[in-house]
Amino acid sequence: MFRTALRNVLAHKARLLMTVLAVMLGVAFVSGTLVFTDTVGEAFKKSSAKSFDHVSVAIRADWSASDDENQREPLLTDALLRKAEALPGAESATGSVSGFTALADKDGKLVGDGWSTLGANHAPGSDGTDPRYDFTDGRAPESPEEIALDSRTAERTGYRTGDTVRLSVDGPVRESEVTGVFDTDDGNVAAGGSLVLFDNDTARELLGKAEEYDEITVKAAAGTSQAELKAEIGEMLPEGTEAITRDVLADEQADMITSQTKSMSDTLLYFAAIALFVGVFIIANTFTMLVAQRTRELALLRAVGASRRQVTRSVLVEALLVGLVAAVLGFGVGIGIAVGLRSLIGSLGAVIPDGPLVVSPSTPLTALVIGVVVTMIAAWLPGRRAAKVPPVAAMNSVHATPTTRGLVVRNSIGAVITAVGAAALFLGVSQQENLFMAAGAGAMLIGVIVLTPLLSRPVIAAAAPLLNGFGVAGKLARQNAVRNPRRTASTASALMIGLTLITALTVIAVSVQGAINKMAVDLLKSDYTVSMSTGNGLSPDVRETLDELPETTATSPMRNAYGEIDGGWAPLTGIDPKTIGKLLDLDFSGGSFAGLDRDGAIVDQETADAHGLKTGDTFEYTFQDDRSETLRVTGVYEGNDMVQGLFVPTAVVDPHLEEVTDYQVLVKMAGGASEGAEKTLVEALGENPAVKVQDKQATSDEVGKMINLMLNMLYGLLAMAVLIAVLGVVNTLAMSVFERKHEIGMLRAIGLDRSRVKRMVRLESVVISLFGAVLGIGLGLFMAWAAGQSISEELATYTMRIPYDRIAVFLGLAAVVGVLAAAWPARRAAKLNALEAIKAE
Amino acid sequence: MTTTSTGFPAAARSTAVAARATDLTKVYGSGETQVVALDGVSIDFRQAEFTAIMGPSGSGKSTLMHCVAGLDSISSGSARIGDTELTSLKDKQLTQLRRDKIGFIFQAFNLLPTLNALENITLPMDIAGRKPDKPWLDRVVETVGLADRLKHRPTELSGGQQQRVAVARALAGRPEIIFGDEPTGNLDSRSGSEILGFLRNSVHGLGQTIVMVTHDPVAASYSDRVVFLADGRIVDELSRPTADAVLDRMRNLPGAA
Repeated sequence: MFRTALRNVLAHKARLLMTVLAVMLGVAFVSGTLVFTDTVGEAFKKSSAKSFDHVSVAIRADWSASDDENQREPLLTDALLRKAEALPGAESATGSVSGFTALADKDGKLVGDGWSTLGANHAPGSDGTDPRYDFTDGRAPESPEEIALDSRTAERTGYRTGDTVRLSVDGPVRESEVTGVFDTDDGNVAAGGSLVLFDNDTARELLGKAEEYDEITVKAAAGTSQAELKAEIGEMLPEGTEAITRDVLADEQADMITSQTKSMSDTLLYFAAIALFVGVFIIANTFTMLVAQRTRELALLRAVGASRRQVTRSVLVEALLVGLVAAVLGFGVGIGIAVGLRSLIGSLGAVIPDGPLVVSPSTPLTALVIGVVVTMIAAWLPGRRAAKVPPVAAMNSVHATPTTRGLVVRNSIGAVITAVGAAALFLGVSQQENLFMAAGAGAMLIGVIVLTPLLSRPVIAAAAPLLNGFGVAGKLARQNAVRNPRRTASTASALMIGLTLITALTVIAVSVQGAINKMAVDLLKSDYTVSMSTGNGLSPDVRETLDELPETTATSPMRNAYGEIDGGWAPLTGIDPKTIGKLLDLDFSGGSFAGLDRDGAIVDQETADAHGLKTGDTFEYTFQDDRSETLRVTGVYEGNDMVQGLFVPTAVVDPHLEEVTDYQVLVKMAGGASEGAEKTLVEALGENPAVKVQDKQATSDEVGKMINLMLNMLYGLLAMAVLIAVLGVVNTLAMSVFERKHEIGMLRAIGLDRSRVKRMVRLESVVISLFGAVLGIGLGLFMAWAAGQSISEELATYTMRIPYDRIAVFLGLAAVVGVLAAAWPARRAAKLNALEAIKAE
Repeated sequence: MTTTSTGFPAAARSTAVAARATDLTKVYGSGETQVVALDGVSIDFRQAEFTAIMGPSGSGKSTLMHCVAGLDSISSGSARIGDTELTSLKDKQLTQLRRDKIGFIFQAFNLLPTLNALENITLPMDIAGRKPDKPWLDRVVETVGLADRLKHRPTELSGGQQQRVAVARALAGRPEIIFGDEPTGNLDSRSGSEILGFLRNSVHGLGQTIVMVTHDPVAASYSDRVVFLADGRIVDELSRPTADAVLDRMRNLPGAA
């Protein structure tokens, strides 16, 4: 039987092409993911291990030992550094500090995204150099007016030694001279961040760590092991600190990187699984068609004595061979994908440390197993069906039309699964049980897939008026599309899966964006918000400066504080009661900003309800410094996730704060928001790269940009599933054209011209694609609705928004996909020689 | 069997030619594998005449029909449908010619399973974008006896009924000529004689021109004229044939056993 299977595979090479491609792409996705994440993980581990080259033992604060960070004494002091350096086993010791440092590029804009731009100290050892930094040009900074830049940042910004740069650490803008450019193994830089080096004293002063270092690292003298050095250090360690050897540090880092790459690869593998699942439909379709076409051959095998099991097995062996070939190809393509992905990410600006391609031995094995198992599972049902061919079918001289099996059983099963899924989904929605919802959604998706043949007739019939506009080609295309409901259904289902997910994700993302916008923007009456790019606090000077500008009509700080009411946690924002009414538009259910005075407080509904407060009531508020104030409720408003808690005058808050900073300043301009107005503000703040001045549009764009980026990534990941589904459409059409070559020949003979034969195939393809798209979009909208029910519990301003423009684009793309998928089958159909096709067999 | 026994009055016999082959040669392949299927065949198919082409397997009878019907290309010589020379036509024009001037009846029925009987019958007109001539269509449907089967799909019809649909399809568009390729080859003898009766009636009653390829002497006996082919040449011809006469001639053909 093996020989028969092998011969069959070889004889149907062309017909198996799309199946092989489908499995290959799925396997490529899996192996590409594995190779890519292994490679990246390994590269990061290497680079992080390298950054420990100059470290034998690190001393750092033991966070678990001290419970109150604010209260503790400085531990990693200069004194400790000198003691460590003096140890007999130590060759050198380095104290390091680092923190956010905003560097302006030549256009005055912040370099990087706000988190990955760091500043650190250059701490020269006894030989005058800091081993962590390798200067390729110039020298290290030595005075407060000097800095050095890492070489990649220098290249990116175009700064060279001798240039003057603008930067900001703690507020005011500094102008410094670049004295040198360096290479480093620092992990942040290896990952694409920027590093600005200050001389040791300047760094410690600017980064707010005058008294202690973030970490002290000690390098062992020749002949001293890490453990020996650690023991020496252990004897002099003050309480609340710990010493860690390089090996442990490196392991910690490696574990962290492993868990990060693991979560990345898990996410990617989810999408690979979806792509493989879609592939199953194509494989099953192909084998079903191959079996149907070979009814007579299979019957002959049965007639000459092959058992049912042998027939099934021969189909499975074919599947095994197909899966094997596809898996091997897929593994090769996967390595290509991994290489491509690395350079793609590199070209997008992110930096992955260099390193060799890592193919762990389990990867090819996984690829093989997945390719073979998926193909064989998909071919199992067609294989069983093949075994049911009665031996007598071999004797029928008349071309036996395969009997169409009833869909009653299938429809019943589908209806039950869909109903159970829908019930679970609704139960999940009403009970807020996410598990029920997810299971229900999954069951519904499968139920609808099972029901697709039933749905194909009415849905495609509904498109009849449209198709009839294309004349006889349209009419024939419509009838061909519903001719084999199972085949049409599994082809369309493959496309449906991708579109369900794409639609649901799009609707949810757009709705979330709308909800966040509503929270962040709708409540603002101010024209601009000013904040730090890192989210750190602004100095109160900023508000003073802005308030004094003649162009501003109202400004208010947003000054955060935390405290308790009756032991219940209640956040609080200090504002300027005189101007806040012009800047913030809260949804008041009682009172207003107008009555806010020295002892007043505006309270959100939730807090008010929790403590039974209403306008006019008084309550005790306990600040962080354990001192209390008696406050009177002057207004109650409906809060949301971004605007919540109490609003009180800054005068009430300030005495209780250790350090007065504003997380935001709201500004209203005389002439509203404009380019000029923004420029005025930016200039008034000294064109500080660390300060962010945003109008409402920019705030909502920032949210939109993030969500769009995420959505585009998801689109990219789902593209593979859609691509495989498109291969399925090509496959189905090619098979159909092959099966109908007599008919097409007859049509050609009685006068259907080539262009209309093509049109007929193309329209059938478009009908199938749109059918899948319509089902997918419908199901996607439903799932988005269901998910929205649980999101709106968390996000009060969430309402479902259907992005009609995007959905129209999806439908349009589905039609285009249909036309493209038909290109090759349509050409083949048009090329059919009428004579060849009508010749009796 | 004679033409008068059908009860139809004999249509005025015209001498005009519906299709003509002149020195028609068809060669397949090249070099050592070259096969001459038709070797300088010249023949006229007159209007309102029922011609049968006979010959042993490989004699070129089907090839002759395919060439004259514009389904296959011609190596040299000429083939005409009415006044139209086929050798000068491109695929598009040939397709249009087949659509408008030629009807086909195939051995394997070749109906579209997705269309019902009536839709199959009017398919050539649908393709041409023409409205069927209703009285004519009714007459054709009545002639082949399908009036109560029009809404049935081909799978719901017997072989004989399916072939009657195919005959009606060929007749419905009033083509200049109908070509039949073993139209009774897949039918039992009763259904076969029914079909042949329809074909003869359409020639004598409706003035249709029909050319039929067959290897069955009984089928050939329904025709007005039998042309015998052997080795790609016309070797004999018989007017007003009977089955016995055809069988007799067949035995004496070169290459016949």
